[in-house]
Amino acid sequence: MSKAKLMDFEKALELFEPVIGLEVHVELNTKTKMFSSAPNEFGSEPNTNLTPVCLGLPGSLPVVNAQAVRYSISLGLALGCEISPSSVFARKNYFYPDMAKNYQISQYDKPIAENGSVEIELANGRVVHVPIERAHMEEDAGKLTHVGGSTGRIQGAEYSLVDYNRAGVPLVEIVTRPVFGGEADTPAIASAYVSTIRDIVIALGISDARMDRGNLRCDANVSLRPRGTEKLGTRTETKNVNSLRSVERAVRYEIQRQAAILADGGSILQETRHWHEDTGATSAGRPKSDADDYRYFPEPDLAPVEPSRELIEELRAQLPEHPTLRRRRLKAEWGFSDLEFQDIVNSGLLTEVETTVAIGVEPQAARKWWTGEIARIANERGVDAGSLITPANLAKVVALVDEGTLNDKLARVVIGAVIDGEGEPSAIVQARGLAIVSDDGALIEAIDAALASQPDVLEKIREGKVQAAGAVIGAVMKAMGGQADAARVRELVLERASQ
Amino acid sequence: MASEIIDLTAAELATKLAAKELSAEDATKAHLDRISEVDSDVRAFLAINEHALSTAREIDARRASGEKLGELAGVPLAVKDVLVTTDMPTTSGSKILEGWMSPYDATVVARCRQADLVPLGKTNMDEFAMGSSTEHSAYGPTRNPWNLDRIPGGSGGGSAAAVAAFEAPFALGSDTGGSIRQPAHVTGTVGFKPTYGAVSRYGAIALASSLDQVGPCSRTVLDSALLHDVIAGHDHHDSTSLTDQWPSMAAAAREGARAENLKGLRVGVVKQIQGDGFQQGVRDGFAKTLELLVAAGAEIVEIDAPHFEYAVAAYYLILPAEASSNLAKFDSVRFGLRVTPAGGGTVEDVMSATREAGFGPEVKRRIILGTYALSAGYYDAYYGSAQKVRTLIQRDFDAAFTQADILISPTAPTTAFAFGEKTKDPLEMYLNDVTTIPANLAGIPAMSIPVDVAAEDGLPVGLQLMAPARADDRLYRVSATIERMLEEAAGMPFYARAPKTPAKGGAK
Amino acid sequence: MSDISADTVRHLAHLARIDLSDDEVAHLTDELRVIVDNIAKVGEVATPDVPATSHPIPLSNVYREDVVADVLTQEQALSGAPEANDGRFTVSAILGEEQ
Repeated sequence: MSKAKLMDFEKALELFEPVIGLEVHVELNTKTKMFSSAPNEFGSEPNTNLTPVCLGLPGSLPVVNAQAVRYSISLGLALGCEISPSSVFARKNYFYPDMAKNYQISQYDKPIAENGSVEIELANGRVVHVPIERAHMEEDAGKLTHVGGSTGRIQGAEYSLVDYNRAGVPLVEIVTRPVFGGEADTPAIASAYVSTIRDIVIALGISDARMDRGNLRCDANVSLRPRGTEKLGTRTETKNVNSLRSVERAVRYEIQRQAAILADGGSILQETRHWHEDTGATSAGRPKSDADDYRYFPEPDLAPVEPSRELIEELRAQLPEHPTLRRRRLKAEWGFSDLEFQDIVNSGLLTEVETTVAIGVEPQAARKWWTGEIARIANERGVDAGSLITPANLAKVVALVDEGTLNDKLARVVIGAVIDGEGEPSAIVQARGLAIVSDDGALIEAIDAALASQPDVLEKIREGKVQAAGAVIGAVMKAMGGQADAARVRELVLERASQ
Repeated sequence: MASEIIDLTAAELATKLAAKELSAEDATKAHLDRISEVDSDVRAFLAINEHALSTAREIDARRASGEKLGELAGVPLAVKDVLVTTDMPTTSGSKILEGWMSPYDATVVARCRQADLVPLGKTNMDEFAMGSSTEHSAYGPTRNPWNLDRIPGGSGGGSAAAVAAFEAPFALGSDTGGSIRQPAHVTGTVGFKPTYGAVSRYGAIALASSLDQVGPCSRTVLDSALLHDVIAGHDHHDSTSLTDQWPSMAAAAREGARAENLKGLRVGVVKQIQGDGFQQGVRDGFAKTLELLVAAGAEIVEIDAPHFEYAVAAYYLILPAEASSNLAKFDSVRFGLRVTPAGGGTVEDVMSATREAGFGPEVKRRIILGTYALSAGYYDAYYGSAQKVRTLIQRDFDAAFTQADILISPTAPTTAFAFGEKTKDPLEMYLNDVTTIPANLAGIPAMSIPVDVAAEDGLPVGLQLMAPARADDRLYRVSATIERMLEEAAGMPFYARAPKTPAKGGAK
Repeated sequence: MSDISADTVRHLAHLARIDLSDDEVAHLTDELRVIVDNIAKVGEVATPDVPATSHPIPLSNVYREDVVADVLTQEQALSGAPEANDGRFTVSAILGEEQ
């Protein structure tokens, strides 16, 4: 694809006001699917998590999962929405081979939740209230694999294979109203919003919320309007934005791309665009047009969802702490400075750090590893840090450092190995022989050799110029291949020099 | 022996089977032989169950070992091809599903198996139950045993003809706008559409989800009631399935058959679905039945249902709309026919070519009509308005049932018409459903029982009875009384008047 | 009179994925005009004060507990497939982007 012309971001903001709208799909982690009793599991053999309903077999009928309804109500409440006293499922009709019935059961004019608001906090401390239009229940589609052609992508493929395991997995789609006034923070608002939704669903325990697995998916609508005008510009909808980082990048990219087109006197095509993580760009997809006639009508196979006031209140009482309040609490509990805490929030790693601390790791250590080495690798690979390593495995690495088996340098190696799938931290230490040398005999031998080869240094130490020991320590660490505790080496150097 | 067996009703077969005077194997064999004998003319069956005899033998063995079996154990049954079955192909009368084997049984089929009924085979129907004559079956029409040149009704013409031709004592059907009742009317048999939600739709290939209802057909009221008791009741696989505890329909039918008269029964005659436009023989049969009811002490009330005149219009919006969506799953990906256009093509091309080749003209017509009715810009004018008419028709029924306990009408405007008579004009075919459609729109129970033979063509005429939702037992009670009175008057049951050899070129 | 043209029918046929022949389009255009003219009368009585009925016997809150059941084997799932490979259903190439 040809590279689109982009306008400088600051320049774009001078000329235009960006307006965004976000659609987030949350896959619920119920045991079974939305309308069938098939297992809702990731990673199974293809076409094994199916009942006749998931395949749309002739004669099959949907039945609503009670747990999915409860989860959806809880999510609606957590988003500050009103829960509809009567919400109705509707059929959205269109043909696509990943959709077994060639209609998706969704909700149309009567969604389960409406009119909410989510408070988010940006890295710069700015608090924004994102208005929620609605949240509705629907079912996910199956997965297509494109075979043949050069890229494994849809274009140029010879044929495609369909796995319906994901078909029918419960989804809640959360739709915001247009978000105005974001200005230069607009991209950050988008990612902070998705991050907050992620925090909310994790706190509710209703989704695995792994963006890399598609548990949480974001479509970003972006439009620009010239400064001083009222009318909203034509929007594009960017799909396939599957990490917090790319949400921010994609919104920023669209603002720059659209600004360049508008400034050149062009017009924006109302279309679906696809985000490409590798190139950091969006490409044109299906044009949106009147041809998209989904022929919605009330699903005749299902009854309305009419939750009792008691049920709603019961679920409201069980709501977990709001993410913003939770942040304030955790910051206080961990005794972090603003800067330290923002570091975690900005990386979208609050839950990871919290979980790690809950296992018993010191807050500072948890922060250091998540926002340091792990975030660095995530950045390098363009994935979310949370998907790389489990808090439990990190806790094991930190424990190995605390007990003196690893130093920080070795710990980084072990973390890298865990991420690369080499196994458990202790197993990696064993297999790679990574433990630091704690045998003083071996160290003393190396120290004595180093002191002997640098008599001037020995002299200086004896004269009280302790900083001169650094050269010896360096030589010893080198000789030990880094697998030594530098502090202990220093102690021993001073001890030997004084003898 | 064999011809005596096939003359027996399901209730009589059940009695002999329980008394071990007859084996399930013999009962099954007699009906299979009858099918071999007459079905090349009648063509009621699309598939014969090759396991029927072995199933029957197993039932006999279990009975011989002293196992306590259900009331109907060993009685043969015909199954409309709209119901999915694991041991026989299911096509719903369409080429697009030719040879398809379902990996699961419809709930009603499973319940029949559990009751140890013996499925004989799958019966013919209009493609996806769209039609009133079986002329829209992709496998050719079924013929009326009373006159092989006439239609057996539809869509369930196969089940009705099988029962009328003594190929099975009873059968399963489905009724979306009259597909059980109208075939009963034209074949001189009994057909019952239960209250919407009384019988599970799971495994019944959907035509119009909010109208479809599975039900029984047979030669006698009691036999339908017995089958009704087997298939009715809550099914958690169907979200529209009612959780009611139903009284025994067979008990109601037996009670009705014993009743001396119909004193105190208020019978409503709906002005809008009878009269001038109806065939003479149909009007005569209806008039005679009214006399009979009056003589039996029933009170006749004239009912005005002003919105019934909109019923056909509403029906032909709701049905195609729902059907266009329900039939979208036939796309060549997971089951059924696949037609690849010359030179290959994209998946979209393959889907379009498959649906072009696999669907018949009536199915295409209704899918296009339904797609239109749901399209942006037309929803409120068509589908939305039709749903409102549905409310108005329900209100008409509510008002009517404050004045009458049951409503009656002729089941259809004409007796069995000739093949080809109405296929050229779809609208005329649609208007044939004017009497039966209101019950589906309102979800109420309705049935047809044979009451007369038209003088002009010697073909049977049916009476439709309707009751409020959930009062299915009332219909069985009253119809059993009427059936007994008619039998007393004629000196024989109605089905005994059916030609024993399917009649070629006229019943007279 | 309805506004149904041959182009309307072609558009509807595309939405419904039926590759109608020109002959069929011509027939259906005529038939649909007649049918639609006859069924449009529902508008005469469907006034705004009348609520719509989508379910003949209204129910609400019909649910299933979150328990696994009725699972098909892969073999059963694929048993009716016109074509399958590697445990998956095979379809021709897809033109256009994923939805």
